Amino acid sequence: MTAPAADAPDRKADIDAFARRHKFRWTEALPWAAAIACYFTFENYHALGAQIFATILFALSLDLLIGYAGIITLGHAAFFGVGAYAAGIMAANGFHEPLSGLVIAALAAGIAGFASGAIVLRTSGLTLLMQTLVVAALLQELANKWTSVTGGSDGLLGMKIDPVFGVFRFDLFGNTAYIYCLAVLFLGWLAARNLICSPFGRSLTGIRENAARMRAIGAPVERRKIIIYTISAALAGVSGALIAQTTALVGLGALSLGRSGELLIMLIIGGIGRLYGAFIGVPLYMIAQDRFAAVDPVFWYFWIGLFMIFDGVFARGGALGVIARRRGGSPPQ
Amino acid sequence: MFSAKISGILLGAAAMLGFTAGACAQTVKIGIISSYSGFLSQAADEMEKGINLHIKEYEKTLPAGVKLEVVRRDDGSNPETGKRVAQELITRDRVQLLFGIVSSPVAAAVAPLTAEAKVPLVITNAAGAGITRISPYVVRTSFTLWQEAVPLGQWAAKQGWKTAFTAVSDFLPGHDAEGAFTKGYTDGGGKIAGAVRFPPANPDFAPFVQRIKDAKPDVAFLWVPAGAQATGMLKAARDLGLREAGTKIVSTQDLAPDEELPNIGDIGAGLITAGTYSTYGERPANKAFLAAWEKEYQGKAIPDFLSAHGWDGMTMVFDMIRATNGKFTGDEALKFFTTWKTDNSPRGSIAIDPATRDIVQDIYIRRHEMKDGKLVTVEFDSIKQVKDPWKELNPPK
Repeated sequence: MTAPAADAPDRKADIDAFARRHKFRWTEALPWAAAIACYFTFENYHALGAQIFATILFALSLDLLIGYAGIITLGHAAFFGVGAYAAGIMAANGFHEPLSGLVIAALAAGIAGFASGAIVLRTSGLTLLMQTLVVAALLQELANKWTSVTGGSDGLLGMKIDPVFGVFRFDLFGNTAYIYCLAVLFLGWLAARNLICSPFGRSLTGIRENAARMRAIGAPVERRKIIIYTISAALAGVSGALIAQTTALVGLGALSLGRSGELLIMLIIGGIGRLYGAFIGVPLYMIAQDRFAAVDPVFWYFWIGLFMIFDGVFARGGALGVIARRRGGSPPQ
Repeated sequence: MFSAKISGILLGAAAMLGFTAGACAQTVKIGIISSYSGFLSQAADEMEKGINLHIKEYEKTLPAGVKLEVVRRDDGSNPETGKRVAQELITRDRVQLLFGIVSSPVAAAVAPLTAEAKVPLVITNAAGAGITRISPYVVRTSFTLWQEAVPLGQWAAKQGWKTAFTAVSDFLPGHDAEGAFTKGYTDGGGKIAGAVRFPPANPDFAPFVQRIKDAKPDVAFLWVPAGAQATGMLKAARDLGLREAGTKIVSTQDLAPDEELPNIGDIGAGLITAGTYSTYGERPANKAFLAAWEKEYQGKAIPDFLSAHGWDGMTMVFDMIRATNGKFTGDEALKFFTTWKTDNSPRGSIAIDPATRDIVQDIYIRRHEMKDGKLVTVEFDSIKQVKDPWKELNPPK
């Protein structure tokens, strides 16, 4: 945020842009149009599509933290995992309704986010990074040890999920899963978009840029950080529940460092702090991974690595960063 | 993304071409799911080599006109990915059989799909005891830890060793091994003097071995996942003089898989393990298996029990293809598998138990000793035709 220019016409343009920034632009409909078109053109890829949508929601929740509030974390899988296990444990113990499963997962992950956030957010920088890692590692060990409830390293078995609205059964081809995940992602995106365009969202950007100054103007920095941490955790929990319900299983991998790290990579590929980074980075990474792994199941990691190097060298700031630079554009908001 | 999509389309088109071309001849399409990447990739490699070797050796013996097509997919040691690739193999590639799978969570994730799609799954490693219960379309040619550790416990009790101490890796397979050994040992009249569990990731074994030593048991049952940890465990036992203190060390074959023997070296001498397969097994079928292996891999790899289990899984599938001339439905293949048996496995005589679709096999009690400067395995006792004891102890509800 640079200081506004002194001359009046420029300032008016800035103010206009600021006032219009929450309005929908036609480009924002593109991801949804593409998702619906893919439903009909790639009939055999619905299972992959559903996982991509759920992961986009997960990446979106991470973007709220890293991109907007400037809270760096390497343990975001903790909340994904809490949501997945919450939905999974319910479904394995006689409560099979999927939508209420999502709500419970959001609550459980939100509570975990609030409780851990109240402690770890007292720190910042590398210390914070380590603390978030520790939270995820502790939860993973808990899930590993508590075998009677979580199934330990064998994973949680015996989940049964009812049809959505009692009608749409989760089928072998992933048709229901595709639409289900897409619809939930749409709602999550609406919520996230509203949030970051709100005054609360703007204050987060302020905290990211200069927390001391925000304190000086009287903003409750600590409280806002905990609120966004809780909201982001709840969204991550919904994403975890989506994956758990559509695949009918939860494993220890849901809480792993690998999952947190991979998510960060996907977000970086797309572009951090731009809301749509998740919509580009996640499909790019997951489709590349799927294709490489199908063509060369033994050495596909090499090709992913090569792809990552090229991406890092030639596409700094992620795909959206490249586009913005081409258009002489702006740094992330 | 576009190039990825285009290659996807091309691949799809190629698959369709393959499908229509295959309709004139008889194409048998098998989907192999394995952990080519992730923390289980070393195990997956051992299994893959056994599977590939069998295909290479016996592809020419298939009935005339039958063509084998194998599609391989990586589960990354991750159940979600495993489930998704299984789903894609069934719906997109239209495979008639699923095969392989190293990790138990992946197998548990894939199993429910097989019932819905009526596509049989032949498991050639994943040893979680309950997995074959999940779907009636699951058949296993590998083993369960209960199958090895219960007979080992009984055998140890029979040696007149009165007290035992168990030390296992603290995750589910470790808990299985502990439970199974304890069951066999106490049923045989032995007494458990104590039990410890250590963290599965990079543990320091010394304090745990010290606790065993302090308890002065007649026998210590150790269990770590197959791989590099075995050497660390045995080193700690040697450094603290566990054996000199009068404690024998027993384990399942995970503590001394064939490819680890050169790394373990003389610290493994005196160790006793229970297992399904060893390269030192004196059986004609094993000799033939090793000769084929040597010809193919020329000393660059050592087979272990995973390779033998993968090889046997393919033997069963090939027998089924020969019996049906390559024309079979999922149910027909399953029916063949559930009554399948052979005396010609590198492991000896093996069979599928029709009631549980799990394998019945001999469990060998082996002693590891130094011979010409090399650690070798000597099979000196065996328990014949062991069924998975877990299934008898936990009848279906």
